[in-house]
Amino acid sequence: MPESNAARASPEIGPNAITARIWRRPPLIHNRTLRWACGAGAFMYLTLALASLHINWRRVYDGIERGWRLIQGFLVPDFLSRWGDIAVGMQESLTMTVTSTLVGVLISVPIGIGAARNIAPLPIYFLCRGIIAVSRSLQEIIVAIFFVAMFGFGPFAGFLTLSFGTIGFLSKLLAEDIEDIDESQAEAIRATGAGWWQLVNYGIQPQVMPRLLGLSCYRLDINFRESAVIGIVGAGGIGATLNTAIDRYEFNSAGAILILIIAIVMMSEYFSGYARKWVQ
Amino acid sequence: MLRIENLHKRYRTGDEALKGVSFTVPSGQILGLIGPSGSGKSTLIRCVNRLVEPSAGRIFLDDLELTALSHSELRKARRHIGMIFQEFALVERLTVMENVLSGRLGYVPFWRSFSRRYPAVDIDKAFALLERVGVLDQADKRADALSGGQRQRVGIARALEQDPELLLIDEPTASLDPKTSRQIMRLIREVCAERNLPAIINIHDVVLAQTFVDRIVGLRAGEVVFDGAPAALSPQVLTRIYGEEDWTELQRRYDDETEDESGAGDRKAADARIERRAGLA
Repeated sequence: MPESNAARASPEIGPNAITARIWRRPPLIHNRTLRWACGAGAFMYLTLALASLHINWRRVYDGIERGWRLIQGFLVPDFLSRWGDIAVGMQESLTMTVTSTLVGVLISVPIGIGAARNIAPLPIYFLCRGIIAVSRSLQEIIVAIFFVAMFGFGPFAGFLTLSFGTIGFLSKLLAEDIEDIDESQAEAIRATGAGWWQLVNYGIQPQVMPRLLGLSCYRLDINFRESAVIGIVGAGGIGATLNTAIDRYEFNSAGAILILIIAIVMMSEYFSGYARKWVQ
Repeated sequence: MLRIENLHKRYRTGDEALKGVSFTVPSGQILGLIGPSGSGKSTLIRCVNRLVEPSAGRIFLDDLELTALSHSELRKARRHIGMIFQEFALVERLTVMENVLSGRLGYVPFWRSFSRRYPAVDIDKAFALLERVGVLDQADKRADALSGGQRQRVGIARALEQDPELLLIDEPTASLDPKTSRQIMRLIREVCAERNLPAIINIHDVVLAQTFVDRIVGLRAGEVVFDGAPAALSPQVLTRIYGEEDWTELQRRYDDETEDESGAGDRKAADARIERRAGLA
């Protein structure tokens, strides 16, 4: 009778046995008091913060009415009455976007390579990381104000701003991608006696190319959206047109501009997805 | 001929990977390096082409002291040392042909390699090698489209494209099934015999090592604890290399293999493969 034998041998883990054991995921903070104190503290802070808000409900009510007019304007976009301004603004923005992305990418690639710890010598690494840190720590609007002050109103200041922003963004992500490559492929190229440039061309470029292309496309549409923002501080482009339209309470024209921006961003999104798939 | 004298390697972490290793590999000899994970096998072969910088000791390839070379001289010397890797280490997004031609990188100037305009002799050689290892029809495919066995064949072709005077082979079969493993080991044997090349093979699979190499060096904790013919690998020797274990089964399988060379390829080497990702340390 082998079955009954087996059952007798281990009665405590039989199919019908119920054990009293409970398992819970270990908590993030082990100390019970500390855990409760953290929760209570967070709750108190939230309550006090909410209490400190002084909301003028009268103004909110007025704002809703104005907001509704804005939305109504957007729902009936008017492409025609300001078409001349819109066309010029769009053209400026697109020019700014394409040129700044191109220039930004061209400058970012060497800086990104220099900022990758696994292939760059230490002094170059620090230099390139420094450039990236400077570029990333300055917000686009601040840079745009600075360049507008230097070079005057118009798209040239916008072009410089976006190129500057692109360098920080792209170099950093490219450098991180290079640091994450499959080291064995690079090792194999190094073992053939290849020089440094050959190592970059054979061991690294093929591994990071799809991501570089994807990031460039992504940056292209970031730059387009940014160009609308920095236009407000005087750096030209569609942002300037949008700002003027809102200042003049021409919400129908503003709505038309927003729709165009959304359409262009969606288009570039579609194309970047396609390009990435193609190079993968 | 490769001569290693009193080689030491201490990593910055303080781990002593190699503690005075010395041996000589004459031309045409295939030397199998066995030992447990972390015994220094990978470090040892990477010290030869100085992908890992040795801490002390000297290495000679014929009369050239590899350990004394400057950076640019080392690059020239590496051209003559082919290397074959455990996970193949092909550049996955490049074509098979580009991977094989990358064996010439040390010989051609940057602009030629960048524009992929290699000299005609290099291209002829690459095609001949692809044919020799049996993947000629895959030349224009991307490396990541190939199966494991095909990739390792490309890896072998890349190493041979260098016109090597020495082959360093790191766990060539660790990612392959038993049958493909045997085919790859046989291919390595053949190409070494054709060119009278010395080779060092790191290998976890003791039976495979015994079947295909001329000589075995056993490494344990960075020291050579065995150096002799494959047939001399007794259970006592295996215990000295790997530690206490019941080795009779392994011994029996080796005896089967040697009785019937074309033997069954269904042997599982799972136990040896568990620790295949030994890494450098």
